[in-house]
Amino acid sequence: MNFELSYKPFGAFAILIEWPSIIDEVIIQDIVAFEKEIENKESVLEAVIAYNSLLVRYHEPILNVSLKIQELQVLYDLKRPIQKQSQKLWEIPVCYDLSFGLDLKEISRQKKQPLEEIIALHSSVDYLIYFIGFQPGFLYLGGLHKKIHTPRKSNPRLRVDKGSLGIGGKQTGIYPQDSSGGWNIIGKSPVDFFTISNEQPCFAKPGDRIRFSPINLNTFYQIEKEVSNGTHILRSKLL
Amino acid sequence: MIEVIHPGIYCSVQDEGRFGFAKIGIPMAGVMDQFSAHLGNSLLKNQKTDALIEVTFGMAKFKFNIDTFICITGADFSQKLNDDFINTQEVYKVKKGSILSFGKRNHGFRTYIAVKGGIQSEIVLKSRSFSKEITSKIRLEKGDKLSILAQKFIEYTRFSKVKIYESHFLNPNLECFPGPEFDRLNNSQKQQLLMSFTISEDNNRVGYQLNEVLENNLAPILTSAVMPGTVQLTPSGKLVILMRDCQVTGGYPRVLQLSEVAISKMSQKIRSDHVKFVLNGQ
Repeated sequence: MNFELSYKPFGAFAILIEWPSIIDEVIIQDIVAFEKEIENKESVLEAVIAYNSLLVRYHEPILNVSLKIQELQVLYDLKRPIQKQSQKLWEIPVCYDLSFGLDLKEISRQKKQPLEEIIALHSSVDYLIYFIGFQPGFLYLGGLHKKIHTPRKSNPRLRVDKGSLGIGGKQTGIYPQDSSGGWNIIGKSPVDFFTISNEQPCFAKPGDRIRFSPINLNTFYQIEKEVSNGTHILRSKLL
Repeated sequence: MIEVIHPGIYCSVQDEGRFGFAKIGIPMAGVMDQFSAHLGNSLLKNQKTDALIEVTFGMAKFKFNIDTFICITGADFSQKLNDDFINTQEVYKVKKGSILSFGKRNHGFRTYIAVKGGIQSEIVLKSRSFSKEITSKIRLEKGDKLSILAQKFIEYTRFSKVKIYESHFLNPNLECFPGPEFDRLNNSQKQQLLMSFTISEDNNRVGYQLNEVLENNLAPILTSAVMPGTVQLTPSGKLVILMRDCQVTGGYPRVLQLSEVAISKMSQKIRSDHVKFVLNGQ
């Protein structure tokens, strides 16, 4: 299916392509498919995917904007749906122990739901990876259950540990590095989301899916050890 | 090899930046003032892509443990080679054992030390630009040693020098284009946007926040791409000009986009300096 897209110049070197302004699985699949047609073009410096947009940056200034837009429209018509075989479901171990889930009790109180129910709601969804941004390896995930949408904290923490799993409004995600952050922290994963020394520093890509699988503290420390030894293998399957 | 005797406030190695990895959230990084960096490299007949040392606000001191040629561009901080003051935008022969130091500020904020053949620091994801979480270092520290290529002084090579381009440092005008959300501003907001602004103390390689507040009733946008030179209107009404180390995506309305030349000019501004956005073609 093809959407009515808007194309506009963004500075002298880039075109911003926009889809309807909603977070939607069909839209992101369409963006990912379009990006595949664009990414290997020689004139393209960089393509940046987000929820409802694709930024195409060129090496050279764009002299004729309408011609550039026509070229892109041709590519959009040529795009093929992404092959299912290339998309993966990743199983991410997460420990929802209260020693990591600093805000779990507060969410449980606000939502008047037992802890177990919140964890069950959070770990029973196959989240779609929309795009990666904010920090290297930070996955923007869609699919958080409405019952556990929780506004960002009014006072952000100055330090959130690497691996922390948070809820910020309608979004959920993992901090790939230590950072400051305003999301409600509900657990921690021992897995690395960004390893610069790997050929692919980030294992996941837009269009893949993530499922959080609850583990206890012992397993957390065991996997953490495996990760630091480089012996841990993430479980995944083709979608 | 170049040894860092004193790292000053903030020095890093930068080239043109890291491209093709925004997809995994990696910032572009790269020299802040591309205009001055390119000038230094071209005066030395280097490649445009060769890495340089970016010195923020002078004060640094380096020792050359190898014969080479250098060219200083960008900010002028009364630089000295051993005991002699040297000009910016002019190539100098540097003998093994020489000391390069910086003193009183004359103009600008960021100085580039271009070295014949470029700085040979580690390449990570196709770039030598220092970047958080990417390169092993994010700033130069005392005692750091940077490899450079050996040069022979035998043949006399003539290098040109160029006149200092004053407006690059002193002119407040920043050429820019309307950003993707520019048209959501009403006429009075558009007018306010084209008035004069001053630079706040909150400025670094990630971005420059401006002091003056704009009335802001715009709704946030769905997180979308940003790039160096994007001007965001934050919920408080303050403007932020994103610079080379900025994130790849953001959720604030993007009201303007600076031209490449304007990003380079911006890089030479310091706290309290005035800037004025000038829409392209007006």
